[in-house]
Amino acid sequence: MRRGRPEPAMRAGPAGRKQGRRRGAGLAAALLVGALMLGAGGPAAAVQPDEMLDDPALEQRAREISRDLRCVVCQNESIDESNADMARDMRILVRDRLLEGDSNQDVKQYLVDRYGDYVLLKPPFKPTTYVLWFGPALILLGGVAAAYGFYRHRATQAAAPPPLSADEQARLNALLDDDPAGGRSDDHKPGGAA
Amino acid sequence: MRTRRLVSLLPLLVVAILIGFFIVGLTKDPRELPTVLLDRPVPDFSLPGLPGRDPALTDPAAIQGEVVLVNFFGSWCVACLQEHAMLKRIQAEGLVPLHGIAFKDQPEDTLRWLGRHGDPYDAVGYDTTNRIAIEFGITGAPETFVIDKDGVIRHKHVGPISEEAWTNTLRPLIEDLQKG
Repeated sequence: MRRGRPEPAMRAGPAGRKQGRRRGAGLAAALLVGALMLGAGGPAAAVQPDEMLDDPALEQRAREISRDLRCVVCQNESIDESNADMARDMRILVRDRLLEGDSNQDVKQYLVDRYGDYVLLKPPFKPTTYVLWFGPALILLGGVAAAYGFYRHRATQAAAPPPLSADEQARLNALLDDDPAGGRSDDHKPGGAA
Repeated sequence: MRTRRLVSLLPLLVVAILIGFFIVGLTKDPRELPTVLLDRPVPDFSLPGLPGRDPALTDPAAIQGEVVLVNFFGSWCVACLQEHAMLKRIQAEGLVPLHGIAFKDQPEDTLRWLGRHGDPYDAVGYDTTNRIAIEFGITGAPETFVIDKDGVIRHKHVGPISEEAWTNTLRPLIEDLQKG
């Protein structure tokens, strides 16, 4: 049956089983997590009640870690926000590691070892990421320097030009004397005609 | 005057650099993440086999000693179906053992899927919890690893293996590794 489109049907299988429980508990979970997160800020997005740890302190740490970890499928969400299956599995993994006694750093390192720095939403501070960290400041400094240069240049231009040297004055005089009618003759013509 | 001309060329230079970034950036597939596991030993894993299907890909020792392909797939994965014909060809070619790890799947679903579309795999293991997929740094299916004789990951292919990828990248790499 459904030879043409086996995938959606199959996909609905495992997900559908959880659906009823999820939907029913959704509001309660939102309220509970909302209460837990009060003051910590940030919406409680994707964590399902069946994923949560019994120990509120551990759960809190799991939430903190999850917010710093990128969902590798969706790329611009943390696993705390993402509804993707992969994010769910990673949230459960984070909690399992915590239960095993890992520190927050251990948990993150575990995933970095497998997915690279990419899995961290905040890039680590190290030589390969210096451009990332310093780049914006450098560009800003460059802009400030360029603006400073531009305005200074304009200021010096606006000021009166320096007086001609004796040499230049002599050349100017020679030119004016050489060509009494030409050169600027256009300026004189209308006056002459009038 | 000369510095002024140089300064006026600056915006052009900046635009040229930006275009350079875009040319590189836009031709890259954003889903293709660099794998940190490259040139590292295969992560340790322990998997059950599919019931009633032999052989099973149970642990890294099962694939030690020869160059192998390990393909992550699932019956839920549309792109895997797209890749399926290519996998069957690779199996028919007989160059390299092709093993599969079904993840985020139920064994009966995987078996039904293999029954319906054909079974290109040598050994198959299944990972219901997705834990082994995370060990391998999997971001989706299908993904295929080339693992050398010493059990070191030498290449990861993200997405369906295309004809091109097989003839231009995977096959030459495998033949190379088999010589070494």
